[in-house]
Order: sequence, then structure tokens, then C-alpha cells
Amino acid sequence: MLGLNKKDSVLLLVVTLLAICAPFILNPFPTGSAMAQFNAGYPDLMQRFVIFGIFAIGFNILFGLTGYLSFGHAAFLGVGSYSAVWMFKLLSMNIIPAITLSVLVAGVFALLIGYVSLRRSGIYFAILTLAFAQMSFNLAYSVLTPITNGETGLQLALDDPRILDAAPANAGSLPYPSLFGFEMSDTYIMSAGAWQFQFSVGYYVCAIVLLVSFYLAMRLFRSPFGMMLRAIKSNQQRMNYTGLNARPYALAAFVISGMYAGLAGGLMASMDPLAGAERMQWTASGEVVLMTILGGAGTLIGPVLGAGFIKYFENIFSKINDNILHQWFAFMPDGIEDIMVTIVHPFIGKGWHLTLGILFMLVVTFLPGGLVEGGQRIGRLFRRRKTGRNDNADSTDSTKKPAE
Amino acid sequence: MGILEVKGVNKRFGGLQALGDVNLDVAENSVHAIIGPNGAGKSTLLNCLVGKLIPDTGSVMFEGQSVLGRKPYEINQMGISRVFQTPEIFGDLTVLENMMIPCFAKRDGAFRMHAFEHSFNEKGIIEHAEAMLEDMNMADKRNEHSASMSRGDKRRLEIAMCLAQDPKLLLLDEPTAGMARADTNNTIDLLKRIKSEREITIAIIEHDMHVVFSLAERITVLAQGSPLVEDTPENIKGHPKVREAYLGEAAA
Repeated sequence: MLGLNKKDSVLLLVVTLLAICAPFILNPFPTGSAMAQFNAGYPDLMQRFVIFGIFAIGFNILFGLTGYLSFGHAAFLGVGSYSAVWMFKLLSMNIIPAITLSVLVAGVFALLIGYVSLRRSGIYFAILTLAFAQMSFNLAYSVLTPITNGETGLQLALDDPRILDAAPANAGSLPYPSLFGFEMSDTYIMSAGAWQFQFSVGYYVCAIVLLVSFYLAMRLFRSPFGMMLRAIKSNQQRMNYTGLNARPYALAAFVISGMYAGLAGGLMASMDPLAGAERMQWTASGEVVLMTILGGAGTLIGPVLGAGFIKYFENIFSKINDNILHQWFAFMPDGIEDIMVTIVHPFIGKGWHLTLGILFMLVVTFLPGGLVEGGQRIGRLFRRRKTGRNDNADSTDSTKKPAE
Repeated sequence: MGILEVKGVNKRFGGLQALGDVNLDVAENSVHAIIGPNGAGKSTLLNCLVGKLIPDTGSVMFEGQSVLGRKPYEINQMGISRVFQTPEIFGDLTVLENMMIPCFAKRDGAFRMHAFEHSFNEKGIIEHAEAMLEDMNMADKRNEHSASMSRGDKRRLEIAMCLAQDPKLLLLDEPTAGMARADTNNTIDLLKRIKSEREITIAIIEHDMHVVFSLAERITVLAQGSPLVEDTPENIKGHPKVREAYLGEAAA
């Protein structure tokens, strides 16, 4: 299907189904129940899952395939956001020109930064990209204030020209980004008994972009170009002595991943039309590295899983406070309840980074291939059990599967 | 005039004269061995031929064209393939993928942006790669992870990868170093077969005299960065200077 083999087609179908049904899957608990705070099925968070998924897919094309570890990818995301907001201010609230410009500008940025940074490899490459990203951050934060609006961040204003848009009927309030009349913030709420499911235009636009990005990444992974990128990671020496110029391959991968980051940035601005310099900070670059490694670098689905995992923690665990903890441990005797709350306290609320850090260490130590490896191990375990039960089961089942 | 001509090549590393006025002429379709004791400059010379090092003075001509100043991948595209002392293959890739990469390099040149085709729809490339594997008796290993193969298999794969590009000159850097006798003999047989089946020039650097005398048609002896003698294997065997360079004065 679509030029993919059977296994990849199945994976694409599964991702498509998950993306379509996300508002149901992420809202398993009835509204108002004690568990409702673990629901992630609200548009804002779902959009973030998908946008960071795209960001991580793109990062993985560079890091997962070529092994070049960039610590500056948030710069491209930020550039994409600024470009999109400028499009909203000057041209139109339609998200298509905004996102197109985001991708193009991020691509040009990536070409410049990549051209210089790829002269070095390993730790020097990482430091160069980090330096460029911090330079971009500082430019955006202070030097280029006329373009970026400094620390306040770039926002829409009532007197923006927006030359393609007709004067809005409700002049006096800010317009919303839209796609041919559908506003990104439009949400349909479906109530089913105690449950509430939210379907937002913004989320589904993001989801479609994710699916297209995922499909393109899949084609790239399976192409001769993808094979060359893996060859760069595997043995650059052999590559050079096989008549292949590794530099343009790595640069192309860098630019493509930069464009993915720009796309994510543009989408982010399309969901909420403002752009701030903090999006370009090195912590944001580090986050996408964590996502990719946590999910499984070099795998197709890993980065998306990693992005979802981290964003879930950031948004759900950070909201748990001591009152909620007291409710959870209320069944215990008073003294023990207080002790339990004191023990758990550092890991929740603002301490969610601590929980994430511990989980990250566990995953990297015990599952070097990330969450995907975890899934594969569980799958293999089940298959082995099945073959163990049937005495005459075929042994071909347990042969090693090629990596995703 | 040979296919590869080295004239007056000098290379210094700080105070060390690694190569001093090296002249070498490799005749087309011959097997030329370069031997010499440790530190004689064999590997430095080889690195000057493939673009890894640039000589301080002198010229290196391949088929009448200078290779100096060209990058390793450009020199490879001119028709020089190199086999390394420790097999350099793409360890993370399968054997078939390893074979496909030089086939792509031969067909598409140093760079081509083919990001949308499926690798396994490249029928011509796959057929070429599989034919090479078949030829090397490695067809049954096509889906194996290449890093997990034995050293002898890795060596065979590396030679096959070099041959897939149909090079005019194959450079081998101690291809049997660290190999068991049986593997060494297999490699000798393989190289003999390659020589008999193709129009190819082979230049080989080797320590193992058994390998050298089984294969070489001409031998250059390097000592302390300079060529000592160049002659046929028969004449080299009894040459007093060679015995002296290898075994010290007592033996000579």
C-alpha cells in the first residue's frame, strides 16, 4: 500500500487509527471521577502530543539514522513559530501560508547551520549546534526585538495588516488561525454518559500533518537515501572509500530534520498564535533528544511514543498536588498518610522532572532501544510462551525480527 | 607506463621521514606486492595513494591523472578501491545492504537524493548485489547482521564490496593480518580467482611472505621509507639486501 511493504502499512494503519480515536483513547475516565485528572484527551494536550511527535520524527531522521546528535533543534522550531506568526500578522489567518513559510525558513536556517556544523562530528558537532541554537535564542530574546518582540514574545495585534483577509465582522477582537473557514479552536464536545469527548479542528489538522510526516519519514527510512544515512552512522570511513560523499547526505538529513522542526513550530503557532524565545532555549533542544532516545532512536514509531510519554508527564504529573495525594492516601492511618505524602511529594507537581529523570535512567539502562525495545521484548515473550505451549509449534516464529 | 605511477614522493611527520623519495610503477593487470619490515612506510604510502594523506612532494598518477588533492571518495570514483587491514564494513547493516551500497555508489555516483523510492524495489541494484554475494558463496548470509560474522567472512564481504564497483585498481592493506592459516589460504585462492576472472590490477601490502610469494608478479621492498629493490619474486627471495632489511645483518 502506498509503496510500503506489509509490515509498514500495518504500522501506518495503526498510527492512523490511534490518531483518529485519540479523543476517546486518551479520555478513559469519566469526567468528575477521581481518576479524571489522568485524562489527556483535551485538545490542547493532544495537539502538543502530535506536534512534538512531528518534531521528534524529524529529529530522529538526523539522530536515529546518521547518528549526528544535534543539541540545537529547538532553534528551528522557534524560527518556524516566528515565521508562522509573521504570516498571520501580515498575510492571512489561513494556516497554509503560515506553515509553508515556517518549513521553508527553518530549512534555510538548517542549511546554514548544518553547513558549518557538519564540518565536525561527534561531540564537536553537538557543541556547534548547541552554540548556534543559543545564539539564535539570544538574538530572538534581545538583539532582534523588532522582529521577535523580545521577551514578551511575538503576538497578534488588532492593527496587523493581514492583507489577504477581509476585515473581520467582529473587529475589536483578535482573529483565530483557520483553515478555509474552520477555526483551529473550534471544538465539538460529545457527552456519553459520564464521559466527555472533545473533538477539535486544531487537533485533527495536526493529526493529518503528523500522518503525512510519518508516512514521508517511513518512505525516507526505507529508501536508498535512508540506507546511505545509516551507512554514515555505521562506518563513515568505509563510506568515503566506497566513492560516496558523506557530507551532502548528512546535510540533506540535517535540512530535512530542520524542516520537520519548522513544521512543528509552525503548527504550534497555528494552534496558539504566539511565539516566544523560550521555545528556542537549549532545554527545549534537550527535550527532543530525550524523547527520541526514550522512545527508541532509529525506530519509526519510537520518537512519537517518546514525545507522547514526556508530554503526558509534563502535563499530568505536574498537576498532582499535595491535596490530591492526601485524597489518595486517605484510607491510611493519619501518621502514615502524612509520611506517604512526604515521600511522594518530591516526585509530583514541580518535581515531575525527577520522576521523568528516574524513568529515563531506567529505560536507558535496561532498555537501550527505548520503549520500542520494551514493546518488542514483551511481544517476543508472548510469542515464546505460545510456542512453548504448542509442542509442535514452528520455530520460525522466534527467529530474530529485523529492527523496525 | 603503468596504471599507477608514484614519483619522488616524500612525507614527513614532524622529525620523522616516513617516505623518502619513493618511486613506484604498478603495471596494468599485474599483482604488485609492497613488502617491508614494520615502520618501513608501507601504510603511509598506501594512504598517500587513496587521498587520506597528501605527500609533501612528488606526484601520484592514476591512469595519467593526478590523484593528489582529491578526496578519498573522488579517488574511489576514479577506479581505486581499498581493502583495509581490519575489515571495514557497515556493521549495523545486513550483508545484502552492505553489498547494495557500493552498487548504488557505482550507479549513482558520490551523491544522489533518492529519498522516495523503496530500496528493495531497486531491482538492478539487488540483482547486482546478490550476484556478487553468490559469487563469494555468501548468498545464504544475505540477511545476517554483518557485524556478527567471522573475520574471514567480513574480509570476503569487504573484498566483494570493493569488487562490486568494478575497480581498475584494488589496494589491499595486509588482507590476511591476524587470520588463521585456513582463512589466509582461502583469501589467497579468492584473490587468485579474482585476478583470473577480471581485468584488474592488484596492489597488495603484506607481511606474510607466504601470501606475497603465492600472488605477486612483482615485488617492491620498502625499508625506512625508501624503496630498496623492485624485482620478480624469484629474484627477491635470494636478494641479500632484502634478507638484511628483514632479518638483520647477522642473517645476511
